[in-house]
Amino acid sequence: MVEFRMPSLGADMEAGTLVEWLVKPGDQVKRGDVVAVVETQKGAIEIEIFETGRIEQILVDLNSKVPVGTPLARIRTELERKAGVAVAPVAPPARVAETPLPALRAPPPSRPATPPIITVPGAAGRARASPAARRLAEMHSVDLATVTGSGPSGAIIRADVERRLVAAPASAETKRPTGLSLDAIRAAIAAAMARSKREIPHYYLEHQVDVTSSEQWLTRTNASRPPGERLLMAALAAKSVALAVRRFTLFNGFYHDGKYEPAPAVHLGIAIAIRGGGLAAPALHDVDRMPLDELMGRMRDLVQRTRAGRIRSSEMSDSTITVSSLGERGVEALHGVIYPPQVALIGFGKVVARPWLVDGAIGPRSIVTITLAADHRVSDGHAGALFLAEIGKLLQEPEKL
Amino acid sequence: MTAPAAMIELTYRDAMREAIRDALRRDKDVFLMGEDVGRYGGCYAVSKGLLAEFGPERIRDTPLSESGFTGAGIGAAMAGMRPIVELMTVNFSLLALDQVLNTAATVRHMSGNQFGVPLVIRMATGAGRQLAAQHSHSLEGWYAHIPGIKVLAPATVEDARGMLWTALQDPDPVLIFENVMLYNMTGKLAADTGAVDIDKAVVRRAGRDISLITYGGSLWKTLEAAVALAAEGIEAEVIDLRSLRPIDDGTIMTSVKKTRRVVIVDEGWRSGSLSAEICTRIIEQAFWELDAPIGRVCSEEVPIPYPRHLEIAAIPQVPKIVAAAKTALGRA
Repeated sequence: MVEFRMPSLGADMEAGTLVEWLVKPGDQVKRGDVVAVVETQKGAIEIEIFETGRIEQILVDLNSKVPVGTPLARIRTELERKAGVAVAPVAPPARVAETPLPALRAPPPSRPATPPIITVPGAAGRARASPAARRLAEMHSVDLATVTGSGPSGAIIRADVERRLVAAPASAETKRPTGLSLDAIRAAIAAAMARSKREIPHYYLEHQVDVTSSEQWLTRTNASRPPGERLLMAALAAKSVALAVRRFTLFNGFYHDGKYEPAPAVHLGIAIAIRGGGLAAPALHDVDRMPLDELMGRMRDLVQRTRAGRIRSSEMSDSTITVSSLGERGVEALHGVIYPPQVALIGFGKVVARPWLVDGAIGPRSIVTITLAADHRVSDGHAGALFLAEIGKLLQEPEKL
Repeated sequence: MTAPAAMIELTYRDAMREAIRDALRRDKDVFLMGEDVGRYGGCYAVSKGLLAEFGPERIRDTPLSESGFTGAGIGAAMAGMRPIVELMTVNFSLLALDQVLNTAATVRHMSGNQFGVPLVIRMATGAGRQLAAQHSHSLEGWYAHIPGIKVLAPATVEDARGMLWTALQDPDPVLIFENVMLYNMTGKLAADTGAVDIDKAVVRRAGRDISLITYGGSLWKTLEAAVALAAEGIEAEVIDLRSLRPIDDGTIMTSVKKTRRVVIVDEGWRSGSLSAEICTRIIEQAFWELDAPIGRVCSEEVPIPYPRHLEIAAIPQVPKIVAAAKTALGRA
């Protein structure tokens, strides 16, 4: 039996209020399913589960506020089901009967030969974290209270901190105990961006791409679709970046401890402005393998949820490269600041009509400026130029995306 | 370039006998003595046939007096010989503990480096053959406590074949512990296999998720546990200590830095054991690398029982190792 516990979703988060159960006892759940909604200082967060199995028992009533780490539900895992483990409520350890065999005189009672191994409980209010996790967190100034543990008894281990280091800016900030704090978001952005400019030797490249045919393709494709299903240039842009970065692995990963580690998957961080100020860059997972329509749907959903303050716990933590688009705001090009420990950021400006030379004649064309901000410790301008050119090429062939 | 030597299959017992035979042939100062090593061929049949081959001067049956003949071995070694003393089991070796600790381990120190004791003492250790509480214990951890001697635990036929000669070249006493459950184990060796080093641990299986540290008879159970863990997606690294004194800290810490999790498998009793020493060294040298409390699988703190089911339950077994590894990974 596994316990599903109140996760820690933000610095200084000591407790959360369970506002919605999306599962009930008897339901099958699998790793990654959203099972509950928890109200925190950050707003309502959809909570995912890390186990596959069946919900046996709900332990916390709706609208109860419980400390981080409190068991919320009990789950019978797949393994236990196969092994036929009985549903055992928490019971005191069984005592072995001490009746002596009738024919023998009982020996004088003795103490158990081996004292039980006692685990000292952690001090109240202190996150249980391994030494390796603590050291890494210290090195990167990560507050362990913002990290969800996956180790023994829910302890934070090194891998959890590594995942946290990939987190989006808006999830890195410290929250005030009351409501969504724009000041705190500002402070988090300040910390991340200052670190980026302090540590990362950025270089910038820009590339103008004729997207006239892509616009025409979008118009044709969208003609027969209801508004909610129409594709936007942003989806083509995201997919182009994801496909290109799969080939140009120097731009998709993390720089830690003087060493670059390419990421095995492409998780795009999508920079999204928060109403009233601030910025978040939650992750869209495996964009390189996602059909365009699905990608578009997910981008819409992500933007809406981010602006409503409902980001899923896993989205807050693991993007491998960031895409920022300021076209809607009317700017033609942006030179981004890389979100550490990522090593690259791709910017898309506004699509503008420009006189352009095509086949020897000047005509009106739709032009977008794509920019790359990249970490010079990891890649050089030559690779960056090829990477940008590849994005441009893909963007011009939307039917292949 | 020479052609690779032919591979031969042999038991651990054969490998140990071959090591003794080789040493007797190579060095006229080497001789073997102990209880029943001659006419009976050794209580675990290691020295079977050697009396006929080398004669009673070099294969010497002794009276039942561990203290006496161990002391005689020490004297012979100080006088320039290279004796191999066989003690029947580690339990009986306690009768010679005074000679080992107060004499063999201290003479170089107390004589101001005028005398050394280049003596090799071999003995059987470990449970599993239903020999009950006076013949089955694993006390090598006690000996590993003593400065001035080396303590070896060959777990493979290669080490059984190769450690003795290196031990005989050492200017100080070396104790070799042979786990009783290994004697019948077979393995393959190149026919021309020779001496091996006696101060390095070896990674017997590489893995990234957890380090399982063990030695002697528990090595094979630990490797079996690693296979079971692999079936569940857990890649365990298995370290065979080989030398219990000195302990090869470098190999241990390198592995810990990689896996960040450790389970120590030691057939000794838990309290004050070799596993406790290794655990402490990891805490001292690699604390900041750890991702989980260090786990231990040791013998139950009881005299090793005679009944088979209780004997099995008393010592480390594969399921306990698997369970300890999963606990360290938070997957129990």
